[in-house]
Amino acid sequence: MNKRSSWALPYFIFMVLFVVLPLLMVVIYSFQDSAGNFSMANFSKFITDKDSLSTFALSIEVAIENTLLCVIIGYPVAYILADKKLNKSAVTVVLFILPMWVNALMRTLATAELFNMAGITLGKGTLLFGMCYDYLPFMIYPIYNVLNKMDKSYAEAAEDLGAKPKEVFMKITLPLSMPGVLSGVMMVFMPTVSTFAISEFLTNNKIKLFGTIIQENINNSMWNYGAALSLLMLAIIAITTFLQGKSSEDTVDGGAI
Amino acid sequence: MTDRIINISHLSKSFPGGSKVLDDINLYIRKGEFLTLLGPSGCGKTTMLRMIAGFLQPDEGSITMDGKELTGVPPHLRPLNTVFQRYALFPHLDVYDNIAFGLKLKGVPEDEIDKRVSKVLKLVSMSDYEDRDVNSLSGGQQQRIAIARAIVNRPKVLLLDEPLAALDLKMRKDMQIELKEMHKKLGITFIYVTHDQEEALTLSDTIVVMNEGKIQQIGTPMDIYNEPVNSFVADFIGESNILNGTMIKDREVSFIGHDFKCVDEGFGENAPVDVVIRPEDVIIKSKLEGAQFTGKVKSCTFKGVHYEMFVDTDNGYEMMIQDYNSFEVGSTVGMSINPNDIQVMHKERVCNTFEGVMKSSDTVEFLGGEFKCLDTGLEAGDKVTVTVKFNKVDLLDHEDEAICTGNVVFILYKGDHYHLTIKTESGEKVWVDTDDIWDKNDLVGINILPKDIHITKTAENE
Amino acid sequence: MMTGKKLFAKVYLWVILAILYAPIVFIAVFSFTEAKSLGNWTGFSVNLYKSLFSGNMQNSGGLISAVQNTLVIALIAASVATVMGTVAAIGIFNMRGKKKQTMQFLNNIPMINPDIITGVSLFLLFVFLHISQGYATVILAHITFCTPYVVLNVLPKLSQMNPNIYEAALDLGATPYQALRKVMIPSLRPGMISGFILSFTMSLDDFAVTFFTRGTIGLDTLSTYIYADARKGGLTPELKPLMTIIFLIILAVLLFINIRSAKNNNNKKK
Repeated sequence: MNKRSSWALPYFIFMVLFVVLPLLMVVIYSFQDSAGNFSMANFSKFITDKDSLSTFALSIEVAIENTLLCVIIGYPVAYILADKKLNKSAVTVVLFILPMWVNALMRTLATAELFNMAGITLGKGTLLFGMCYDYLPFMIYPIYNVLNKMDKSYAEAAEDLGAKPKEVFMKITLPLSMPGVLSGVMMVFMPTVSTFAISEFLTNNKIKLFGTIIQENINNSMWNYGAALSLLMLAIIAITTFLQGKSSEDTVDGGAI
Repeated sequence: MTDRIINISHLSKSFPGGSKVLDDINLYIRKGEFLTLLGPSGCGKTTMLRMIAGFLQPDEGSITMDGKELTGVPPHLRPLNTVFQRYALFPHLDVYDNIAFGLKLKGVPEDEIDKRVSKVLKLVSMSDYEDRDVNSLSGGQQQRIAIARAIVNRPKVLLLDEPLAALDLKMRKDMQIELKEMHKKLGITFIYVTHDQEEALTLSDTIVVMNEGKIQQIGTPMDIYNEPVNSFVADFIGESNILNGTMIKDREVSFIGHDFKCVDEGFGENAPVDVVIRPEDVIIKSKLEGAQFTGKVKSCTFKGVHYEMFVDTDNGYEMMIQDYNSFEVGSTVGMSINPNDIQVMHKERVCNTFEGVMKSSDTVEFLGGEFKCLDTGLEAGDKVTVTVKFNKVDLLDHEDEAICTGNVVFILYKGDHYHLTIKTESGEKVWVDTDDIWDKNDLVGINILPKDIHITKTAENE
Repeated sequence: MMTGKKLFAKVYLWVILAILYAPIVFIAVFSFTEAKSLGNWTGFSVNLYKSLFSGNMQNSGGLISAVQNTLVIALIAASVATVMGTVAAIGIFNMRGKKKQTMQFLNNIPMINPDIITGVSLFLLFVFLHISQGYATVILAHITFCTPYVVLNVLPKLSQMNPNIYEAALDLGATPYQALRKVMIPSLRPGMISGFILSFTMSLDDFAVTFFTRGTIGLDTLSTYIYADARKGGLTPELKPLMTIIFLIILAVLLFINIRSAKNNNNKKK
């Protein structure tokens, strides 16, 4: 038995080389100047640069707004899809996931073009709408999964104990579906906070998000500053992951069973 | 009657697809009694419980409680509570919040909730478990919390849907005793659903035996066990030998090739009947003198308290016998049965009867297929009644050689042959006597020889 | 009241679906006209389809080679990821304690990492090691973010598998290799297949990682091609029919699978 645990060794080496080492590179580059000496210049540049700071804040704001929007729009969809009385067909569920298979950039371009045709100027509004459109399926699917697997007898037990339909939802269904909401939040927040191409298309380059700045710096050979910005983004990801892990520990408690 | 708490009348329910789950159920439940709905899976017992709880609406009929109509009232407004099959404890709430759930919704003051929760926890012997996470509890403990969560609301009626099914045998036995005691202490009405006949016999004041959406028998455990009204009940409750017999005259019945004295009257002379003999009621001795019939012991197995034997009788029937003494396999034994222990039942039917239509003078359509028959001289389109003897129906493995097909839904061993109930694709039932062994749910092909199909023209009564 | 709720649910679903599909339908409609930009209707024509299939495009087949690259990269990356991920899953499954936790943590990193971080970090590594970037680095990068999904799909199959079947095969005279091939792999196959499909689609869809690891040799996948095209201001018109065709193929496959599995379920119920 013990011998077979060594089968993971090649993958371990691969991971160290192509996952751990690259992340280490991000750290190393971000603490160096272009000549390769240790330096905090990249970070002090970020703190003093008003543009970078406001982009950073805007990125987080947009990501949070988009995530909330996805929850508000996506939760009812997932709820309706999972309710056997309201939706009987599994094909409807597939229809909601299907758009994800079409190239995201192409869809985004078409969305932007639709806005143009409708005479809506591209800006923050269209950015939010477009991003919500792109990531909505990622929110619907995990919530739907949890709701669909949820034992119906929980709701019946609550009703049996005197809960009105609204109370059943607030006290039972909603809390028990939180693990799905949380993984949906992760799946939407992470890509939106780091996106670059999508935001460029949706605002016609008017609004820059953090991803775009990283991309521009790397492409313009400002590797050290790009690495420092990447490290900041990593920090956001780490914090969100930590928070998600903590809150799902609190709520899950067998809710997924 | 004033002591009736629930009255169910003409209750019917079909599920999409047309199969009747409940078929004109009439039943009343007395205040304070422990009533059990007993039957095999799919007999409609859970459907009935869910209708009383309000999770399902009947197609027809009514359920009243204390004279007030319940149908149409949503579950949360019904003055009864349910203990669910797999407990359905809310996983995101601890023991206290689970039990307090109903009380909080009703707006009961905090300190009263505290009092009632700790009182009910004491009742189910789970004090000090208030803060525990429900997922950390064992099956038996979850069971107690589920009961506590229901009875804390002081329902007039407690519904229990196979509450012990998920527990292991030892735990189940313990909980049975506790449930019985709890029922006595609380004094409220229990409606209990189970497929376990032993559990039903142990717990209930009244047992309602159900099969295929119909009530088969209502009675006390003693009634049901000692005087089953039909072969289904006899077979489902306890072990039994069910045999074909003939009522020679009052107080005398013939079966397994012998005549016996019995206590039943009023069947008429030479009437075909079903006879039920419980295995423990056969007196078995190694002495052959004085025995009513003899036989050879085929097998003998120790069952803990008694021995269970299969004996081939002198006329070729097989009987199951339970006795405290063991008898050597291969030895010849003498047996007798007390008149009191012979339970005689009317036969529900003596042959198959179908409605059919003539397709030509020698072809008749029934059971969704066209059968060749002897020339009748009738014309195509004539409506006829077809009768076929149980032992004249051929069952085939190969569907393609059969005229119609069906599934085996019920098997009864009659000592020297099997009596099968087949449900055809057209939804009709065919009863078949056969020596071949089939399993429940087997798909069988049905064929009947032309000479075995008896046809009479249906009298047209306009 | 019931019907009101039902009606609202129906309407809500269809409105959201209409919004989700609007851009796709938009692309499909305008694939049947010759105009260069989206939203410009110059009369019905199937010329874009004709030129897509004949390969006579103004951009001298840049689009065709991008499609080819996308498929080749996805195929290689998903295959390698499936083999490496399956072997790794068997190893991880047999680990205990700290070691196992470490491996699972490592396996999670590429899944949590946003694409841009994966791309930038690998870019910096290749720069640091002076590895010239191109086809090989893109494939390597894709393997990096695909393999964890294979591991995650195979692990549950391992825990569902009866732990004795491998020993049983050895007991019946199979060599370890035969036991692996004839007993282990067949029971892991469903997980491997779903891992492969997931990897393949993730690789097809990737933009950011490819963007940072493809170097400067002019390697394009469909995503980078579209990005570059859009940045230049004019989309290659043949993209519209291409996207329409891809969408229809996926629609057909998914509907087919679903209707078939629904039928199977119904048959089982009978």
